[in-house]
Amino acid sequence: MVAWFHRVKAPLAKIKRDRVKVPNGMWMRCDRCREIIYKTEFENNARVCPKCNYHYRISAMERIGLLLDEGSFQEFDRDMVSTDPLKFRDTMKYKDRLKKSSKKTNLKDAIVCGAGTINRHRIQICVFEFKFMGGSMGSVVGEKITRGIERAIHKRVPMLIVSCSGGARMQEGIFSLMQLAKTSASLARLSAAKIPFISILTDPTTGGVTASVAMLGDIIIAEPEALICFAGPRVIEQTIKQRLPDGFQRSEFLLEHGFVDTVVHRKDMKSTISKLLDFFGNTIFEKES
Amino acid sequence: MQILDFERPIFELEQKIEELIDLSQKGDVDFSEEIKKLQKKVKKVRRDTFSNLSGWQKTQLARHPDRPYTLDYIRFMMSDFIELHGDRGFADGNSIVGGLAKLEGEHVVVIGHQKGRDIKEKVFRNFGMSNPEGYRKALRLMKLADKFGKPIITLLDTPGAYPGIGAEERGQAEAIARNLREMHMLSVPVIVVIIGEGGSGGALALGIGNRVLMLENAVYSVISPEGCAAILWGDGKNVEDAARALRLTSNDLLRLKVIDEIIKEPLCGAHRDSKRMASILRRVLRRNLRELKLLSPDELIRHRYEKFRMIGEFMD
Repeated sequence: MVAWFHRVKAPLAKIKRDRVKVPNGMWMRCDRCREIIYKTEFENNARVCPKCNYHYRISAMERIGLLLDEGSFQEFDRDMVSTDPLKFRDTMKYKDRLKKSSKKTNLKDAIVCGAGTINRHRIQICVFEFKFMGGSMGSVVGEKITRGIERAIHKRVPMLIVSCSGGARMQEGIFSLMQLAKTSASLARLSAAKIPFISILTDPTTGGVTASVAMLGDIIIAEPEALICFAGPRVIEQTIKQRLPDGFQRSEFLLEHGFVDTVVHRKDMKSTISKLLDFFGNTIFEKES
Repeated sequence: MQILDFERPIFELEQKIEELIDLSQKGDVDFSEEIKKLQKKVKKVRRDTFSNLSGWQKTQLARHPDRPYTLDYIRFMMSDFIELHGDRGFADGNSIVGGLAKLEGEHVVVIGHQKGRDIKEKVFRNFGMSNPEGYRKALRLMKLADKFGKPIITLLDTPGAYPGIGAEERGQAEAIARNLREMHMLSVPVIVVIIGEGGSGGALALGIGNRVLMLENAVYSVISPEGCAAILWGDGKNVEDAARALRLTSNDLLRLKVIDEIIKEPLCGAHRDSKRMASILRRVLRRNLRELKLLSPDELIRHRYEKFRMIGEFMD
């Protein structure tokens, strides 16, 4: 039997992949569906694959560009940095990890916060940057979110938080856990002040960030197919020793189980938020004419 | 009884002393000199061992199966306990217990994580790892306390939230997040005590208080040393390094101003004398309650907010 499969002749020449030469930079292959897509179309589609609808991760600044009116963004607390309060060191010093991430992203920590307008509605916004240590929440992220919320209360404008995070930042130990408490506390005040909070969940939103700000929105919107969970799939698989079903902990799964209000395509996100802001009303920014 | 590695020298000496006492009572030989010597020695070994515990050793102590659990504390330090069950939505959530009780004559609502001692009870309590119903039940009881103006005491002792399919389906992140927000709105005194394992979000879900107290050998951390070692060191072997790096002991947390007070345990740990531990805790709770009762509902809310608002270190 085995002899059937025995190749007597020399092996066939390897098939050359990607033989078709594409003009540099005009086309790309989708990471998920492997289809060739026209780059301009992909960019115009808010970095979503036009063939399979895969929402690529985008940076905090790109997100702000997509959501806010052009030129309206004003950043706050840009220079806030971690002091490495625990002098944490694993296989690498936390300080060095910070430096590395900082170089990669040109940011000081894993969040960008500020004020701006969405179709002329004034808002306060915080956007996680996943490329900075997995968008993890330590003292800086917690403080910047809290200040953002406090500004929203003070100025009486709606609050937007776009989550994209692996959760709490282990390298800040208990301080990172306490940021869940701190941010939730300020959201209690925001809620008491009757100021709307729109929480936008993108891939991935996990761990401590899900168990605090992400799940506390008056309105919770998810991007399609984003991983949204508390305990990650790998941890669960290790615990129950079973493979998880497809689509588990994805946006559509959360919609089905009642934990998000709606799932919205990235291209439609701005107009959806704008409609919500219309609904909440009374905060329209009057442009001086 | 489970004996931890670093406790062994103490137990061996104690055993020897007992044997000698036994022998002297039976025979004519007088061992009193030796006994005295050994007693002196064991005292020193106890003190040396327990004044110098590492983060990992404390983690082991915090998980010790003979350590008093929530229901033990309720039995030893409170009276007229009526347990209240269920989240009014899906299930009882029996990794967390709670109810009405009297502490030194005063009505309180007491809530805490509950672990089990034998296999059957451990499974019943899901090893102290709560599903979302536990947090929702806890919040229901806290709102009950708020409505009727009763102080709340929570006892934290959990490895963490349960990483299971059902827990995710029923939104444990939402349940924890909601508790974190709503506990900031309670207009009654809330005292939090970390009695054993303060495991991450599952612990914090009961952890927002006007006072956060911690037993001497308890631990409180964003992740278990095992989890941290696995993620950051790439294997489970570096638990001791991880435990040290995380700064999860009561001394660390007092210095970092995350807790307000360390509650001394009987020498050699709470698991050696549960009743004594409970009576120490009762006195501490009474004092803290007395202080907090001086605050008005608004002051309590503001006080709690400002306490958590301050936590964190950064540079502007």
